[in-house]
Amino acid sequence: MVPLSYYLALSVILFTLGVIGVLVRRNAIVIFMSLELMFNAANLAFIAFALHYQTLSGQIFVFFVMTVAAAEVAVGLALIVAIFRTKGSIDVDQVSSLKG
Amino acid sequence: MHLQEATNAGLFFGLAPWVVLIPLIGMGLNLVLGNWVSNRGGRRGGGRAAGWIASLASGLAFVVAVLLAYSLAVQPEGATVHLADWIVAGGSSGEIQASWDFRVDTLSVTMMLVVAGVGTLIHIYAIGYERHDVVHNGDPGRYRRFFVYLNLFIAAMMVLVSADNFLMLFVGWEGVGLCSYLLIGFWFEKGEGGIGNAKAAKKAFVVNRIGDFGLLIALFLIFWNFGSLQFDAVFAQAPQVAAAAPGVLMAITLFMLLAVTGKSAQLPLFVWLPDAMAGPTPVSALIHAATMVTAGVYLVARSHALYVLAPAAQGVVAWVGGLTALFAATIAVGQFDIKKVLAYSTISQLGFMVAAVGMGAFVAGMFHLVTHAFFKALLFLTAGSVIQGMERGAGHERPSETDEHETDPAALAGAHTSVDAGVNAQDMRHMGGLRRRMKLTWATYLIGALALAGIFPLSGFFSKDEILAGAMRLQPGVFALLLAAAFLTAFYIGRQLFLVFAGEPRTQPASHAQESPAVMTIPLVVLAFLSAVGGALNLPSILTLEHWLEHTIEAITPTEFSLSLAVVALMLAVAGLALAWALYARRPLQAGQEDPLRLRLGWIFSALERGWRVDEIYQALFVRPYQRFADWLAHPVDQGFIDALGSGLAGGVRSVSTVLRRLQTGFVRSYALAVLAGAVAIVTYFILR
Repeated sequence: MVPLSYYLALSVILFTLGVIGVLVRRNAIVIFMSLELMFNAANLAFIAFALHYQTLSGQIFVFFVMTVAAAEVAVGLALIVAIFRTKGSIDVDQVSSLKG
Repeated sequence: MHLQEATNAGLFFGLAPWVVLIPLIGMGLNLVLGNWVSNRGGRRGGGRAAGWIASLASGLAFVVAVLLAYSLAVQPEGATVHLADWIVAGGSSGEIQASWDFRVDTLSVTMMLVVAGVGTLIHIYAIGYERHDVVHNGDPGRYRRFFVYLNLFIAAMMVLVSADNFLMLFVGWEGVGLCSYLLIGFWFEKGEGGIGNAKAAKKAFVVNRIGDFGLLIALFLIFWNFGSLQFDAVFAQAPQVAAAAPGVLMAITLFMLLAVTGKSAQLPLFVWLPDAMAGPTPVSALIHAATMVTAGVYLVARSHALYVLAPAAQGVVAWVGGLTALFAATIAVGQFDIKKVLAYSTISQLGFMVAAVGMGAFVAGMFHLVTHAFFKALLFLTAGSVIQGMERGAGHERPSETDEHETDPAALAGAHTSVDAGVNAQDMRHMGGLRRRMKLTWATYLIGALALAGIFPLSGFFSKDEILAGAMRLQPGVFALLLAAAFLTAFYIGRQLFLVFAGEPRTQPASHAQESPAVMTIPLVVLAFLSAVGGALNLPSILTLEHWLEHTIEAITPTEFSLSLAVVALMLAVAGLALAWALYARRPLQAGQEDPLRLRLGWIFSALERGWRVDEIYQALFVRPYQRFADWLAHPVDQGFIDALGSGLAGGVRSVSTVLRRLQTGFVRSYALAVLAGAVAIVTYFILR
């Protein structure tokens, strides 16, 4: 059996990749995908702990995360479309002022 | 309205609230309809409707007062008429109760009769006087406003005299002060430098405020020590309080004295009254001679139960009155403004009254109050008639220029006193010889002057004699002061009489002066009649007024008539008039000639002319230090400290936020970095702790 620490190490790596992606990329779609990566890093940690402690709660929590993430994707993509329509670009650095 | 307390059939006590309500209704009518009715019928007829409405209101109030007097003659104990509750509050330390109760007793009805009676005559006079005044000053639209104020004054004065508790009295006290302020500043945009009249009004208000402060303190002390403000309740407890804490009664009466010196223009707060002459002449007659200024005398007479228990305070009141009587009489000698002479004369005569009520001769004081209301109102109204006669004389000279003259800024600055370049319609040096041009005014003026001087058998003789008799018995020191003042009274009024009416006209307006219209002269004749026969109110040994008032004032000391004193007083008055005749009538003053008294008295006369420089002294002692103090508070304290605190706080927040706003770049990624850093910091904290 693969030890817990391996799963967690992978989760940390995925999460860090996500964080770096959010911080350094300017394309909103890529930032969005990096966010998804961070979600899945967290999901991986949940599942790993659920396996380790032999409980179901971790696995159930992952379903919730996936549901919320799906909703969040719908809202987020709509936002990105709206931004693209007004700015003609999805570069987040262009969206720096509250005034339309 | 609750008038159910008037139970006696055939008596009219229940009408008491109407003495206040009728003038208020008149005021309301004039406020709503005054301009409309005044504008109908053109300048000749209907233009005076506002004046007639006001006069009618005042006249009806007089009718009510007469009915009340009739009821009192039948049932001298009087009655209290409850109109409405006002303040009803209970508490652990006691309860305060003050209602709109109208007290009908002989003292209050005497005042009502004077206020409404003399007031009505002055209203009627003002119908004519103000017509000319508003045209002369170039603002006919102000005609209505004058009568609104006048009716409001009558109402406030009635509240003052008919109050049944000190709080309601205070309402009236402040109300008349307000009306006085409004009417002194009636031509507020005129006078010296365009603000002279406004300044005079402000001065009257501020000086009165000092006195009112005294009254307020007295009221607080009364409520604290007696637990009530109702007259009967307070007076009934007075002996116990006097026995338990004599100092309290002393303090109350002395603080009341402060109020009296303010409202009744006594030393040291008399300075506002000469300046109050900036108001139109009917105002001077009604408010600043006949009624409002006597409120202080009324207050002392009303509170006699407190004063008789504080003999030391009584002495102080008497001395204040006596000193004021003499002091103001000396100043009156040196005045040239026809109204200023009368103003100082009023202060002096009020001194007589205050001295009288102070030493316990309450009836003599009230008697003099009534007769003085007659003859001093008469003197002021005749003075107004003279002033307008002069103004008409000037207008007669140059009829076409009258209208231009109003818009001329220099003339506006000179207020309604200036008639012509260099001729002042109120300066007695510019008059002379008016007895031929204004016969009726001259005749009525003569009666008023002789009554004031105290010539037998006019009213002033009897009332002044009673005060002198009382003073001789009760306060010999004050008696000497009053005797000297009586001599000077005869002298200054004789001087005025001869300067205005004797000799030859000294200026063009004087030689063309015209008699006033009948609406002004008829009240003069009535007042002259009252001044002549007013002494009959309290003739020696018959003493109508004394028997009338003794139902209200228990502490009456019976008046004794002293023939020798009467002869001495009469001789003094004749001597004063004779001296005035010798100086001013034997060789009448010529145009441009110096006052003969100035040649004889030298610098003393200059000091008299400037009122012993009291105004300058007050200016240096109180006004300027106060202004410097206010300036100090405004600049270093308010602007330098308090404002600095506020603006410093604002400046600090602003500079901090200038630094902080740099953080808010608008770049999502920097926020994300901040969130990450925050999350890392929190996690690190939980891990490492």
